[in-house]
Amino acid sequence: NDIRNTVGNIPMEWYKDYPHIGYDLDGKKIFKPIRNKDELDEFLDKMENPDYWRTVQDKMTGADIRLSDEQVDLVHRLQEGKFGDVNFNEYEPAIDFFSNEVMIHPVTNRPQDKRSFIPSLIEKEKVGKLVHAIKMGWIKPRRPKETTPQYYDLWAKEDPNSILGRHKMHVPAPKLKLPGHEESYNPPPEYLMSEEERLAWEQQDPEDRKLSFLPQKFACLRAVPAYSRFIHERFERCLDLYLCPRQRKMRVNVNPEDLIPKLPKPKDLQPFPTTQSLVYRGHSSLVRSISTSPSGQWLVSGSDDCTVRFWEVSTARCLKTVEVGGAVKGVAWNPNPSICLVAISYDDTVVLLNPGLGDRLVSTATDQLISSYEEPEEVKEQPVQWTVAEGEGHEQGHRLILKHPKAVRQVTWHGKGDYLACVMPDNGSSLQVVIHQVSKRRTQNPFRKNKGLVQCVSFHPIRPYFFVATQRYVRVYNLIKQELTKKLMANCKWISSMATHPGGDNVICGSYDCRLAWFDLDLSTKPYKVLRHHKKALRSVAYHRHYPLFASGSDDGSVIVCHGMVYNDLLQNPLIVPVKVLKGHTITHDLGVLDVTFHPTQPWVFSSGADGTVRLFT
Amino acid sequence: MGGLQKKKYESGSATNYISRNKARKKLSLSLADFRRLCILKGIYPHEPKHKKKVNKGSTAPRTFYLLKDIRFLLHEPIVGKFREYKIFVRKLRKAYGKAEWSGVQRMKENKPAYKLDHIIKERYPTFIDAVRDVDDALSMCFLFSTFARTGKCHVQTIQLCRRLGVEWMNYIITSRSLRKVFLSIKGIYYQAEVLGQTITWIIPYQFAHDHPTDVDYRVMATFTELYTTLLGFVNFRLYQTLNLVYPPKVKHTKCASIKYMDLHISYQKLAALSASLARTVPSVEDEEAELDHFPAEGEDLEKMETREKMELEQNKQKKLFEGLKFFLNREVPRESLAFVIRCFGGEVSWDKSLCIGSTYDETDETITHHIVDRPTIDKQYINRYYIQPQWVYDCVNGKILLPVEEYFLGVTLPPHLSPFVEESEGDYVPPEKLKLLALQKGEKPQAEEDEEEEEEEEDDEDDEEEDDQSEDEDEAEDEASLAEMEEKRAQGKSLSVKVTPGKVKPENRMRTEQEEKAEEKRLAIMMMKKREKYLYDKIMFGKKRHVREANKLAAKRKAHDDANKPDKKKKKKKC
Repeated sequence: NDIRNTVGNIPMEWYKDYPHIGYDLDGKKIFKPIRNKDELDEFLDKMENPDYWRTVQDKMTGADIRLSDEQVDLVHRLQEGKFGDVNFNEYEPAIDFFSNEVMIHPVTNRPQDKRSFIPSLIEKEKVGKLVHAIKMGWIKPRRPKETTPQYYDLWAKEDPNSILGRHKMHVPAPKLKLPGHEESYNPPPEYLMSEEERLAWEQQDPEDRKLSFLPQKFACLRAVPAYSRFIHERFERCLDLYLCPRQRKMRVNVNPEDLIPKLPKPKDLQPFPTTQSLVYRGHSSLVRSISTSPSGQWLVSGSDDCTVRFWEVSTARCLKTVEVGGAVKGVAWNPNPSICLVAISYDDTVVLLNPGLGDRLVSTATDQLISSYEEPEEVKEQPVQWTVAEGEGHEQGHRLILKHPKAVRQVTWHGKGDYLACVMPDNGSSLQVVIHQVSKRRTQNPFRKNKGLVQCVSFHPIRPYFFVATQRYVRVYNLIKQELTKKLMANCKWISSMATHPGGDNVICGSYDCRLAWFDLDLSTKPYKVLRHHKKALRSVAYHRHYPLFASGSDDGSVIVCHGMVYNDLLQNPLIVPVKVLKGHTITHDLGVLDVTFHPTQPWVFSSGADGTVRLFT
Repeated sequence: MGGLQKKKYESGSATNYISRNKARKKLSLSLADFRRLCILKGIYPHEPKHKKKVNKGSTAPRTFYLLKDIRFLLHEPIVGKFREYKIFVRKLRKAYGKAEWSGVQRMKENKPAYKLDHIIKERYPTFIDAVRDVDDALSMCFLFSTFARTGKCHVQTIQLCRRLGVEWMNYIITSRSLRKVFLSIKGIYYQAEVLGQTITWIIPYQFAHDHPTDVDYRVMATFTELYTTLLGFVNFRLYQTLNLVYPPKVKHTKCASIKYMDLHISYQKLAALSASLARTVPSVEDEEAELDHFPAEGEDLEKMETREKMELEQNKQKKLFEGLKFFLNREVPRESLAFVIRCFGGEVSWDKSLCIGSTYDETDETITHHIVDRPTIDKQYINRYYIQPQWVYDCVNGKILLPVEEYFLGVTLPPHLSPFVEESEGDYVPPEKLKLLALQKGEKPQAEEDEEEEEEEEDDEDDEEEDDQSEDEDEAEDEASLAEMEEKRAQGKSLSVKVTPGKVKPENRMRTEQEEKAEEKRLAIMMMKKREKYLYDKIMFGKKRHVREANKLAAKRKAHDDANKPDKKKKKKKC
């Protein structure tokens, strides 16, 4: 009975839910065989049935089929990749059917094409073209290839005319730097880096490194490894060669000694103070200001400890101590030798004091001069209150007391000794400078307008001029015409002090930005010379009255004495030569020298400092 | 009045320069081709004086070329070749795409090629110019010749570089123009004097390269292209000057052997550097004729004498190794040593299995020096020195045959110094150099004592230097002490009124004079102008730094010696 299924090659699970599994040739249903085997039966079957391994289920009919021996054999052969037919020989000798040997009889019986025995016109045309090209010399036989470059004597004919003009402008590439000892494979031990140096080297940027490699030492040549950056270095050189702009650089090849200006030797410019000879001790706080008597015998110093001390110059003895009611900002000895008066400023007061030193006649004459004052008929309103000292003050030497509206910073006398100028720095008001006339006990305010914070003032030694230094400018006023004659530009940030040359044509200004500017009034309103020889702010400058000397004191604790020769010949510029750096003051609270002044007759210089001492350099 | 208003950037420096991109466009080349052209023609950018003016007011960073340079490039025939090549590449790509293999073949055969001869002639109008610039060419060629065939560049290039390098070395050997050698950690530096020009090149140690990825090999290859051409022409001319055959051939005694000699083998023999070269004019072993020297114009007698002395010295150096027979053990760098030894007239050989071209065996009794780079050797012959390779190099640099004791097997080598350093005054000189100088003068080293003395001397010098340096400080100190003294004195006066007999202070006149001078100088420095002061300060800073560095080295050396002294003494005692 033929139970072949006719459903075809379909997934058989479509018939899963039906009792039949397909249809036979007659169109009758093929019913699934009754399967009542459960797992246990299956297992038992597996165990007991010796043919279990060769039993397969026919998917089409669902029946179990036991494979015959031939079938099993076939399966085995297929699994091994062999042909199913036992008799098939796969290695039969091949017959070379289409061989190169021309056979007598053709393989196919097809008649030959016509084109195979008629010459091709197209080919003829092509060949004709080629022949023509060869005839015309258009096509040449192929030259043998030259593989190796041919060298010859390139410079056999060196023609100087053929050198291009641009070759003159050519800048040859600089050669590579030659290696030093440190690059050796076995350098001296000092060239090897210590541990810290090596760490520092490693932390540096490769561009910042001084050496591009770490010096190393090897015991023998055999131990030297390949340098890992060799190709890099050659490549960098290549980049340098074609990417770096080249330029002829003129190296500054100067002898540094030639840069130093040739100045006259200080030895030839003597006399000038060279050594510290005396120290005046006594003040307990910084000494703000000092001044010498016109005779040069006495010295007065005012300090922050609210005292004014009088010293004998030659012995450094303190002759007198006067206590005042505040930190002394400025002292100034009257330059007139026939009057013995010292102006002392503290807080808002200026005291004219007769120290009673020296010639008694002069002292009494001064007292008389002050007491002989007669009140004028009409009393003017004055900005300053003049009072005569009485009582204990008088005993101490106080003669006149001038009460100012504001704190007085500086006092300075006119050369004749009658006028006294006081500075009361204030940004807001026009009353910054007052000029007192002592004999008439009169005060005037010369300026109507505020032109900036006044730092210091000074009288012209000969002519009726008045110098006012504000922060950045020095204004020169004519007192008689009452007008501004000149405005000197100091080129510095903040002027601290000013001094006028005894000739009157030159002014020096010290500033807090370490500069000292020398002005030649005839020359220009700009400084003739600016010296930057101090390391810190300048506090004070001074001219000598006779000798061509000037000195500057600064916060760095030094006094620099310079030779400043002024010639009568207008065409010759002043000669400025620093001659001596005097050191002695100790720096306290960042302050060094606060005031310098020259001895009126000798080439000596006094300096007062923040350490509470006054020093004499001779 | 009147006239047209001038427009900005239409005259002056703005028109003299051209930016790189514009130049590229003007030449209608790609950036790579432009780069190649610049390399070959030796055109480099220019730094304008006023960059902003040239850049038409912009401050963007740009590279500028001189317009004249670019115009010069316009007429270069190679530019046309570059364009042809570009077209060739395009065609080839198309043929590949269409799989027209015969077309590809044909095109490859007709690949456009160019020659650089005219460029070499143009860049180096005279031969001397070319020789002067051969440094980089040599270094590059020697580097390329060590490359493996890894595809970083064409194999032909590598072979050509090797060939040119060998030719160059053979020339140096024949002309005996090597002067200095230096074993550095980077490679071996050689310095030769060719036609009066000092030429330095470096050869890396024989190792496989670890090719870096951040290097553009195209740039290097372009340079090599130029350099090989240059070096080939230079070699040709140099060989001609010595009447040598170019391309070089090994001199043969037997004519018959030439025929059978394979070309390849002859080249290898050449590369082995052991044979002398064939000459066009068979030279008689020329006895150098004594030339009469006349002082050149404008040269006084003294100069001439020194020159003659130099020449004599040089001749002596050229024959440094003459009469010595070297044998190289297999672990030493054969090529370098053979080259150096042959350059100074020595005979050299090596094991047959090591390389072609060995001339005698290890067993040869006439060998004087056996160069070994290992701590011990089993079989030693009595009548020869076993030395380490550094001896050869140190001898060359020292221009004399150094005592061999310090270079024996297993001995700690003395430091290898750079021959390129010429110490000027104030520089640090390592003690080994001093020793060498003494040896050169003909003084015999007296073992350790001398050394120590030298060291002491050196210390003294150091002290002096330090003195110089700390003069200012000294003065400052002096002054401080003076001030202190004064203070003390002043206080003493006020405290105890006592007269003590004063001591006569011996015045050191020299010292006071010096001090005076120093002060004068200081005062004069105060008066310097700002600009000059700046320059002066800079110079002085540089000088001070120099001294500082020298002192540092000296101190380091001293510390090292101090640390090592006890060891030495111990060793001595043991001995």
